[in-house]
Amino acid sequence: MSVAPAVRYQGTIHELQKELMTRYYGELTDIAEGRSDAKNAHLLIAGNPVEILRAFDILPVYPEVNALQLAVRKVSLPLIQKAEEFGYATDNCAYVKADIGLFHAGGVAPFGTVPKADLLLCNYVGCNVYLNWFEHLAELTGSPAVNIDIPFIRTQGGEPTADDIRYVVAQLEELIALLERITGKRLDREKLRRTVDLSAQAGELWAKIKDLTKQRPAPYDAYFDSVTMMAPLYCLRGTEECVSFFQTAYAEMSAKVARGEGPLAQERFRIVIEGPPPWPFLRAFRDLFTRWGAVAVASTYSTVGGLWEFGFRHDPAKPLESIARHMLAENLCNRTMLQRYDQIQRYARDWNADALVIHSVKSCRLFSAGQGDMREHFVHDLDLPTLLIESDLEDPRYFSHAQLRNRIDAFFEALEQRRVTAAADAADAAGVAS
Amino acid sequence: MTGWEQYRDVIEDREFPTVRDWRERTGGKVIGCFPVYAPVELPYALGMLPVGIFGGGNRIELAHADSRFQSFICSIVKSTLELGFIGKLDLFDGLLFHSICDPARNLASVMQRNFAERPAIYVHLPQNMTSPSVVPWFASELRRVGEALGAVAGRPIRDVDMARAIGAYEVVRGLLRHLYALRTEAPERISTAELYTLARLVTLMDPAESAPILRDAIERSQQRQERPKDRIRVVLVGSFCEQPPLELIESLESAGCYLVDDDFLQGWRWARRAVAGGGDPYEALARAYVEDSVHLSTKHDLRRPRAQALIESVKSSRADAVIFLGAKFCEPGLFDYALYRRALEEHGIPHLFLEFEEKMWLYDRVRGEVETFVESMLFTEATA
Repeated sequence: MSVAPAVRYQGTIHELQKELMTRYYGELTDIAEGRSDAKNAHLLIAGNPVEILRAFDILPVYPEVNALQLAVRKVSLPLIQKAEEFGYATDNCAYVKADIGLFHAGGVAPFGTVPKADLLLCNYVGCNVYLNWFEHLAELTGSPAVNIDIPFIRTQGGEPTADDIRYVVAQLEELIALLERITGKRLDREKLRRTVDLSAQAGELWAKIKDLTKQRPAPYDAYFDSVTMMAPLYCLRGTEECVSFFQTAYAEMSAKVARGEGPLAQERFRIVIEGPPPWPFLRAFRDLFTRWGAVAVASTYSTVGGLWEFGFRHDPAKPLESIARHMLAENLCNRTMLQRYDQIQRYARDWNADALVIHSVKSCRLFSAGQGDMREHFVHDLDLPTLLIESDLEDPRYFSHAQLRNRIDAFFEALEQRRVTAAADAADAAGVAS
Repeated sequence: MTGWEQYRDVIEDREFPTVRDWRERTGGKVIGCFPVYAPVELPYALGMLPVGIFGGGNRIELAHADSRFQSFICSIVKSTLELGFIGKLDLFDGLLFHSICDPARNLASVMQRNFAERPAIYVHLPQNMTSPSVVPWFASELRRVGEALGAVAGRPIRDVDMARAIGAYEVVRGLLRHLYALRTEAPERISTAELYTLARLVTLMDPAESAPILRDAIERSQQRQERPKDRIRVVLVGSFCEQPPLELIESLESAGCYLVDDDFLQGWRWARRAVAGGGDPYEALARAYVEDSVHLSTKHDLRRPRAQALIESVKSSRADAVIFLGAKFCEPGLFDYALYRRALEEHGIPHLFLEFEEKMWLYDRVRGEVETFVESMLFTEATA
């Protein structure tokens, strides 16, 4: 193989994202340091009702995003170890441990200060650790807490039941009543419709951006560059800023398609990546694929907070019902493993992928538990070359660069060989035919 | 003796002899139920036998399942899948899984894919205990599961049968509550190894047939004349799903502990008091789960933190200490430990953290740790 030259991955959207996130964390810090009396609620990324919070002008705080920011800035380990001193196990999710460590450090992080929550809003969407996490935060901080119970998808057709929708809408109405008490103001239903509409617009643009990676070359990496776009999608959804960001992103990516540009000089392999990234070593991990000219054309991780690419949009005409639907069915976390298999299969087919890479992370068992079965299914039932590698999304102790490099190199060597053999077979067949 | 020794092998035998026997006698169908909590009344109301599936214990080798679930996944998930691969679940006509943790949820999918001929029915257990909507919703969920089980049974589920099934399980839950109270009061009269064996037997039998065994055990325990030993009274937590080997429980006792409360097999004795009869049986069951169940580690009731419930348990059972006996890699249990530790330290209650694996053979190390813990407490007591 020829080793690809070092790549500068940053583009307009990366710069813009940085600017937006700096502003967002500035707002959080202003609350934490008493310069703002805005209310804030902590909630989780997987399908959530952030539109309702935005309609109340309540700032959303995402402990998952805070935790990954700590890892990206390589300060997660001492915080994880601090939590372990308080009795958390090495086998507990390191996102939670980093966040608990951050609490004990006064919430002060390199990117801003996390304020005490006016409400701990646990949107229980698939991940059971969410429940533990917010239960622990409630115990530690004394902030009021509520669980929004989202029934898992469990019917043959993969759809929520009518009772599920009614149940979630009822809980959202109860949440609204609670937020009215916390903020001392009535919900402006028109403003709610507006925030839901802004989410619909962002979802539409995000879906169009995702569709662009069906092109050859894909204009961006649907794993490593998607995570850049996911930050505003989650932290700013329901705002004009978010829509504006995605308009810029769509324009940038469309222009790249028009110019036939991809993130690498040459797109040699198109892959689907399953699982969250190793945040403490994101750049090093990306380089392991770049050296083979491998570009992700789709990723499951980019759907943890919402699945827009298959048609779902928030509906301002039915704000609560569409928020409920988003929480119940239109995000990866509340769907079954078998629905995830279907999602990956669809990516592989419609986005023309050559292979599947499963990045198994110890911390997130929602993602990882059973990924050996996933590999079995794709290799044996669907004949899709599949690589299963392990590390972690937050804890740097589980990242072994040399081991990962060996596995990834061996996989792409085999994939290259498979391609050469297939070409030779095709040439032979053509020769025989003539 | 409570006559429990004859059941030692029965509860560990993955040929499920009591279940085979029941099936041969009745011709009925069998539904496997993953821990922690399963609505066993539903299959029973349909004439099927609900049976506790607690993994492979220490009697099977993992030959296939560890390639499907990673090394950091708890053993019960893998060994349950292994039971499927080696044909030990052929006896079952369907399986019930529920939303107790992430690996258990994914296991339901993996089982469904690998054993498509055997329905894997999934129950969502609610987690918003304060919503006025939760009881009606959970009742509707139980109805939905009842319909899915009805498809396995080949007939629809009737309210009258549901009420009867709740009554049948209420009898054994009541008897288990009685035995647990007996043990708390006078642990020298019934050991935890005995009580555990009997409680486990309940998960493998028709309640109509296990109830007389429990009644007999109560009678024998009450008649037993045994002098209390010089042991500490301990509440044990952390073993609510994957179960430790019986020998490990015996080791804890012989190392100097009277276990006066525990969370073994909680799903089969979840109700703190009798489920209210009359009215809609689904709603009665749903209400009892939401409002009146024991502090399950997989049930997140923000009104009643589990650490607080543990402290209450220590006080009400007059325990001297707590042993946290957690299954390796069990994330809900390990999370609970952090909060338990904090609360126990605040209340000055001594505690010991232990981990187990269902497939363990050697207990000397654990026994040594417990003996040291017990000795330190007895010594402190003696010198106080």
